[in-house]
Amino acid sequence: MSIWEYANPVKFIRTTDRVLPWISAGAAICLVVGLVWGFFFTPDDYRQGSTVKIFYIHVPAAMMAINAWAMMLVASLIWIIRRHHVSALAARAAAPVGATFTVIALATGAFWGQPMWGTWWAWDPRLTSFLVLFLFYLGYMALWSAIENDDTAADLTSILCLVGSVFAILSRYAVLFWNQGLHQGASLSLDKEENVADVFWYPALVCIAGFVLLFIALVFLRTQTEIRARRMRALIARERQA
Amino acid sequence: MMLNVTDLAVARGGIPVLEGLTFSVAPGTALVLRGPNGSGKTTLLRTVAGLQPAFAGTVDGAGERIAYAAHSDGLKSMLTVTENLTFWAQVFGGTDIAQALSDFQLEPLADRLAGNLSAGQKRRLGLARLVVTGRPLWVLDEPTVSLDTASVALFASVVRRHLGAGGSALMATHIDLGIPEAEVLDVAPYKASPRASVLDEAFL
Amino acid sequence: MIALLIRDLRLAVRAGGGFGLGLSFFLILTLLVPFGVGPETGLLSRIAPGVLWIGALLACLLSLDRIFALDHEDGSLELLVTAPLPSEGIVTVKALAHWLTSGLPLVLVAPLLGVLLSLPAPGYLWVTVSLAVGTPALSVIGTFGAALTVGIKRGGLLLSLLVLPLYVPTLIFGAEVARRGAEGLSVQTPLLLLGGISAGVIALLPFASAAVLRINMRQG
Repeated sequence: MSIWEYANPVKFIRTTDRVLPWISAGAAICLVVGLVWGFFFTPDDYRQGSTVKIFYIHVPAAMMAINAWAMMLVASLIWIIRRHHVSALAARAAAPVGATFTVIALATGAFWGQPMWGTWWAWDPRLTSFLVLFLFYLGYMALWSAIENDDTAADLTSILCLVGSVFAILSRYAVLFWNQGLHQGASLSLDKEENVADVFWYPALVCIAGFVLLFIALVFLRTQTEIRARRMRALIARERQA
Repeated sequence: MMLNVTDLAVARGGIPVLEGLTFSVAPGTALVLRGPNGSGKTTLLRTVAGLQPAFAGTVDGAGERIAYAAHSDGLKSMLTVTENLTFWAQVFGGTDIAQALSDFQLEPLADRLAGNLSAGQKRRLGLARLVVTGRPLWVLDEPTVSLDTASVALFASVVRRHLGAGGSALMATHIDLGIPEAEVLDVAPYKASPRASVLDEAFL
Repeated sequence: MIALLIRDLRLAVRAGGGFGLGLSFFLILTLLVPFGVGPETGLLSRIAPGVLWIGALLACLLSLDRIFALDHEDGSLELLVTAPLPSEGIVTVKALAHWLTSGLPLVLVAPLLGVLLSLPAPGYLWVTVSLAVGTPALSVIGTFGAALTVGIKRGGLLLSLLVLPLYVPTLIFGAEVARRGAEGLSVQTPLLLLGGISAGVIALLPFASAAVLRINMRQG
C-alpha cells in the first residue's frame, strides 16, 4: 500500500477522522503533563527564579514555528512534483498554525526577556530571525487568499514557499552576521542539551511532544476544512454550470 | 504542416467549457469558430496558442508556428505606429514593416503615437502585427472588432493573401469575412456537460 | 530581447514615472529623516548609510508593480509569452530594464543625498559601491514579486508584503558595507556576501520568476 493513497481527499478525511481523536488526546495529555510538571514540580532557577519556566512554552513553540515552515516546504514540493491536491491544501492549512506558533514564541520570548535582559525586545539575531519568519508566513498567507483560482494559488504559493525558504535561510545567516547577539545560550538553550539538567529536560521533552502532536492535530483538522471548502466550491461551480 | 486538434477539452477557471473538439486546419485554409458569447471560443484559442494547458486531448502543429492576436492589441500608447510594429518585428526576428504598414493602410499614420489612434486604427495596427511576425498560423480572437466595412475588407484581403501563400488561420468571429477558403465550425454542440472539473471531482 | 529592453527604456523615458518618481521619493525620504530624528549632525552622519540604503530600497519597491502591470493591461505580456522569447529571458530583461531606470539612478544620486545627511567622507565611495552591487538584486527579487502578483488587481500592497522579507539579506549586507565603509572599517566580508547574493539571485531567481509568470498567464 502506497502512502500516496492518502493523497485522495476522501481517503485523507476518512483516515484522519479515525486518528484525530487519538492525536488530540495525546497532545492534550502531553501538554497538561509537561506543563504541570514543568511549572510546579521543577525547582526554580537559581538566577532567574520562576521566570525560567516560560521556557516550557517558548522553546517548543519556537521549534514548531520552524518545523511548520519545513512541513509547508515539503508539502509544496509534493504539490509541484506529484500534484496531489491534499498536499497543497495541507501546506495552506499549516501556515496560520505556524504563524501562530511564531507569535507565541515571540511573545513568550518578550515576557521572558523583560525580567532577564531588562527589555521586552532586543535585536538579537534569533528574535530578529523569528520576526522575519513571521513576515514570510504573512506574505504566504496573503498570497493564498489573494488568488481566486485554487490551482493557480497552489502553484504560486508553492514556488513562493520554495524561494522563501532559501531567503529565510539567507536571512538567518545575514542576521547572525549583522548582530552576533546576546540570546541566552549556555544555561538554558536546548541547543546545548548537556547544559540543561535532566530535571528541566524531561518535562521539556514532554512539552515538545505535546506541541508536535498539537501541530499535527491542527493541520489535519484545518486540512479537512480546506478540503471541505474546496468541495463546496466544486459543488457550487457544478450547480452554476448546470 | 497542419494544425491538428484531437479530442480537445478546454477549461476556464478549472471548469471545462468545451470538450470533444476534433478538427484540423491545413495550410492554405482557414477555420472560423462560431458560437454564442461565453461558449469558450477565447478559451479554445488561448489553449491552441499554448497560453493555457489543454484540459484533455492534444494540440499538434501549433507551438512555434503561431501568431496570436487577442482582444487587446498589445500596443504601447507612448510609442509611434512604426515603433510598435518594429518592436514586434524584432521580437519575431524580422525587421521589415513596410508590407504590414501598406497592408493595413497605416503609412499616413506611421509617425503618430499609438495612443492617439482611433479604436479602429488601433485594431488595424494590432492586426498588422500578424504580418510582421512572419508566422504561418494565425490564431485570431474577434479580429474585426471596431473595424469599419472598408477595414474588414482590407483585413479579409490580407488573410486571403496569407492563405494563398500557404499560411493558415484559426479565428473566432461573428461576421462573414467573405473568404471562400474558410470553413465554419460551430462550437455550441461541443459544450462540456455540466460538472465541476475533474480535479474537483476528487473532492465530490 | 534587446528589442524588449530598448522598448522598455524608451517607454520609461517617454512616460516619465520610471526615473522621476523613484528619485523624487528617494529625495523626499532623505529630507524627512532629519525632520523625524532631529538635525544633530553627529546622529545624522552615523545613520546616513542606513537611511540611504532604506531610502533606495523603498524607492526601488515603489516602481516594482509597473514591471509587468502595464504590459498585462494592454495585452502585450500575453503576446510576449507566445512570442519566440523564453520567459526566463523576458523576466531577465524586465529586471534589467527596471534596474537601469530605477536602481542605477538611485546609485548615482545616493552620494548627493549623502551630503544632506553629513555622510562621513569614506562613506561616499562605499555607499555608492554597495548600492551598485546590491540594487541589481533588489530589481531581480522585485521582478519575482511582480511576476507573482501580475494577475491580482490592486496587488501593490501584497507585492510589498511579499518582496520586503525577501529584501532582508540584501539590505543587511548592503547597509553593512556602507556602514563599515563610512566608519573606515574593512568592508571585504560583507561586500563579498552582498556580491554573492546578487550573483546568486541573478543566476537563479529568473527561473522562478519565469515559472510564476507562465502560471499567471494561464488565467488570461
